[in-house]
Amino acid sequence: MIELICIGCPKGCKLLVDENNDHSVTGHSCQIGVEYGRNEVLNPTRVLTTIVKIENGIHNCLPVKSSKPLPKNKLIEASRFLKDIVVKSPVKTNQVIVKNILDTGIDIIATRDM
Amino acid sequence: MYDVIIIGAGVVGCSTAYWLSQYEMSIAILETHNDVANGTTKANSGCMHAGYDPQPGSLMAKYNVEGSLMAKELCEKLDVPYNNDGSLVLAYNQQDVQTLQELYQRGIQNGVKELYILDEKETRKLEPLLSEKVVGSLYAKTSAIIDPWRYTIALVEVAVENGVDLKLSNEVKAITKENDVFTVTTSKGQYKCRYIINAAGVYSDIVHEMIGEKEFTIIPVRGQYFLLDKSEGEKVHLTLFQCPSKYGKGVAVCPTVHGNMIVGPDAETIQFEDLATTSEVLNYIKERSALTMDCINFKENIRNFAGVRARSDRQDFIIEESKSVKNFYNLAGMASPGLTAACAIGYHVIDWLNTKEKFVKKENYQETRKKVHFKDLSFEEKNEMIAKNPAYGRIICRCEQVTEGEILDCFNSPIPPQSIDGIKRRTNAGMGRCQGGFCGEKVAMILKEKLNIEFNEILLDKEGSNILMNKAKEGDY
Amino acid sequence: MYDLIVIGAGPAGLSAALTAYEKGLKKILVVERDKEMGGILNQCIHNGFGLHLFKEELTGPEFAGKFIEKIKETNIEIMLDTMVLKLDENKNIYILNTKGYQKLSAKAIILAMGCRERTRGAIATPGDRGAGVYTAGAAQRYMNMDGYSVGNKVVILGSGDIGLIMARRMTLEGAKVLACVEINPYSAGLRRNIKQCLEDFNIPLYLSHTITDIKCTNNRVSKVIVSKVDEAYNTIKDSEIEIECDTVLLSIGLIPENELSKEANITIDQRTKGPVVYENMETSVEGIFCCGNVVQVHDLADNVALEAKKAALAACKYVLNERTFEREIKVEVNKPISYTVPQKIHLPIDEKLIDISFRTNKILGKCVIKVVNSSGEVICKYPREYVIPAELEKINIPVSLIKDEKNNITIFIEED
Repeated sequence: MIELICIGCPKGCKLLVDENNDHSVTGHSCQIGVEYGRNEVLNPTRVLTTIVKIENGIHNCLPVKSSKPLPKNKLIEASRFLKDIVVKSPVKTNQVIVKNILDTGIDIIATRDM
Repeated sequence: MYDVIIIGAGVVGCSTAYWLSQYEMSIAILETHNDVANGTTKANSGCMHAGYDPQPGSLMAKYNVEGSLMAKELCEKLDVPYNNDGSLVLAYNQQDVQTLQELYQRGIQNGVKELYILDEKETRKLEPLLSEKVVGSLYAKTSAIIDPWRYTIALVEVAVENGVDLKLSNEVKAITKENDVFTVTTSKGQYKCRYIINAAGVYSDIVHEMIGEKEFTIIPVRGQYFLLDKSEGEKVHLTLFQCPSKYGKGVAVCPTVHGNMIVGPDAETIQFEDLATTSEVLNYIKERSALTMDCINFKENIRNFAGVRARSDRQDFIIEESKSVKNFYNLAGMASPGLTAACAIGYHVIDWLNTKEKFVKKENYQETRKKVHFKDLSFEEKNEMIAKNPAYGRIICRCEQVTEGEILDCFNSPIPPQSIDGIKRRTNAGMGRCQGGFCGEKVAMILKEKLNIEFNEILLDKEGSNILMNKAKEGDY
Repeated sequence: MYDLIVIGAGPAGLSAALTAYEKGLKKILVVERDKEMGGILNQCIHNGFGLHLFKEELTGPEFAGKFIEKIKETNIEIMLDTMVLKLDENKNIYILNTKGYQKLSAKAIILAMGCRERTRGAIATPGDRGAGVYTAGAAQRYMNMDGYSVGNKVVILGSGDIGLIMARRMTLEGAKVLACVEINPYSAGLRRNIKQCLEDFNIPLYLSHTITDIKCTNNRVSKVIVSKVDEAYNTIKDSEIEIECDTVLLSIGLIPENELSKEANITIDQRTKGPVVYENMETSVEGIFCCGNVVQVHDLADNVALEAKKAALAACKYVLNERTFEREIKVEVNKPISYTVPQKIHLPIDEKLIDISFRTNKILGKCVIKVVNSSGEVICKYPREYVIPAELEKINIPVSLIKDEKNNITIFIEED
């Protein structure tokens, strides 16, 4: 049995994942917990939220995120990869900033208009 | 070659520069730090003492009383805040009441006007929230409070307008003398002059001994403080001292000119200029202040700080020409009441210089300065200011209601700020309850733009206090 | 004369203005000190917002964007870069912007000014005073809006959510976060944030520890001393750990910003530091309502937006003269409940349920929350698996159960 805190929502359910029983999950309050519990044991992933530089924006930085959760062990690498990315204002929410980051098949997208 | 070099841009050095700049002479001030008022002047209670405390006949007594009398008019000329609400020395028992009598007599001898011994009822009428333990007080109506930073900055701004050269970030390393000409070597360069005024505060003995013999020793005495929010400031109207007793001098509870409450200091002899605060002393101050007022809510504390007073081994000010170095004048040992006395001390430096040679007054001397205090303007005046300059319509520091216009103004001053705290000292931005949590970033970006520096060169205060280290993603990971 | 002026365009202000607009108020003004709408959400670029309200996980800017887009479709007037300098009991505000200083009046006002961070002074952390000590939110702004990192080797004091979020942000942006130090025996932040911000990056959390000294070298932080504390928060001798670092981030709590409220003589609850409010988010001054972190510090922006709706509905009723109530009762608490919001309830009211939120000051396991009327009868019970200080607890009381109450109700909590 693996004990986990679900990060699917602020409730933070205490999950139990049974690695000897097809990674079945107990302790969840919703389906998010079941998926999170399984994934966290088999292939942990996180949504990356970070920034890239922007020119002519109201701020120096544009907030961005990964369009889907990235493998957890790629978070720092992905953030570093964005170091030299500079976009130009205007940018729209959900606009793709980097396609297929680190060959994960996942894009980096803007999270606001700027 | 200057006629006079003043070493140290604290309140004593700057007051000296202010008064000397009335005369036809060339003057430079050499200061270690990147701003004035950054040593002893920076951290004290801002009290302009009436003058009942020093021993009659001492230099402290003479200059304290004279300074106290001069300060009000001077602050008006300099357009800096000055509140003349008076002070109380609080008595807790019959022994203390006896001490009050002694202080009263001493005050009369020193020439202090408007001193009164008050009974408990009269005392509480002036200050209703005093602790139950208070049984009477000595009321000194001439005692006042100022903002030591603004006062010092104003003094030196006027001095610079009158031609004084202020050399910041110039730490004095060596002094030599040849044919009556001093050469002062600093971290930045060499400067020559005929007279030196040593106002180097905690370091004045070291500076003197760069060229002279040991004539005095400065003992740094640290004092720690609480600065509380305005909710607490409303509780106190007068500067409240505790009667000195065998338990020590006690701690003071004072209003500040900006409406806060300041509580402290203790007095701790230290080895060097160590400005750290310690939990033991802060707890002591908290406990001890309850004797004065037990309703102070220390949860409303917005800042702790420590200051170092430059006490001399003579227990008095040292205001004299060096015995071992001709034309080298020491203004040292400026412990309390140094802030009060500073203007009078500076005023009299010319007396000494005039014994050497005759200096004449300038014809076109500028003795005043004016600043915009947006917060204090009327409704109509505010709109007039904004119409002239829209930057007055943008609040940067919301706790203290400081506008962008006022912050930009200080870059037009003869001594523009070099740091975030430099702006704070000139405008109050960042002084309030959020301690720059909201405005710090805005102020930093203004500073970056006005000084045309890189982000990682923005200073909080002194050299080395850089606030930002890397661009995002450019750290070591 | 405006129907409604909302002070602040963060999640509370925007949600309130939109609700009031939807309910038919005509002349609505939102005053915002920043140059754009969104408030603190603009710098909260992490995700975790919107699960309640929008049923999807959003970042702060995305969450704000949802409101901003809707606002732009309305005729709600937005004044940006404008500071309210004064508010009075007659619902006048005095505003300052680059166009001038002026007085504006409204039939109703909603306060949505949010909160500020507690500083080093509030906890009187001793030591040197060089650069390198920041509130977590200030460091967040430098990082997320300006793109600058305040330091390389970071210790976080306090385990509030902003501090935890910043632990992850600093790590992702190139700094080393060496420790998170929490004086309480439990975290002040949400459990998911302990997991995804600290544990994910192997950042140690020191519970029952605090920073007892900050040392600077050449005017920048160079070291902190961390000490263990006992149950009474006294430091335990010889428990010191030295951590070399260049930065201390403070995440030691938030304080509702009520300087304006105080000037308008609005009664402030010393426990929440926010206005004393009725069930409809009305303050002690009739026609002035409040919502969001100006009232109490919330865990979730979603709840802020929901509370704002409630305030806006009540403001509409006030403006449209649709109020029904004649009297009020108090909501009292027993330890370990620290406070409730609301503190008072108007009666009679049309609503079926009254939401009551509160925090405890200790961790409880399986327990029952009980509501007792002034005759001492338990009128409703709410079982809970656990109650922790980091999470705002909520109950809703059927109005039918208290409609005849004349004095007060009391909220108890009993551990099983």
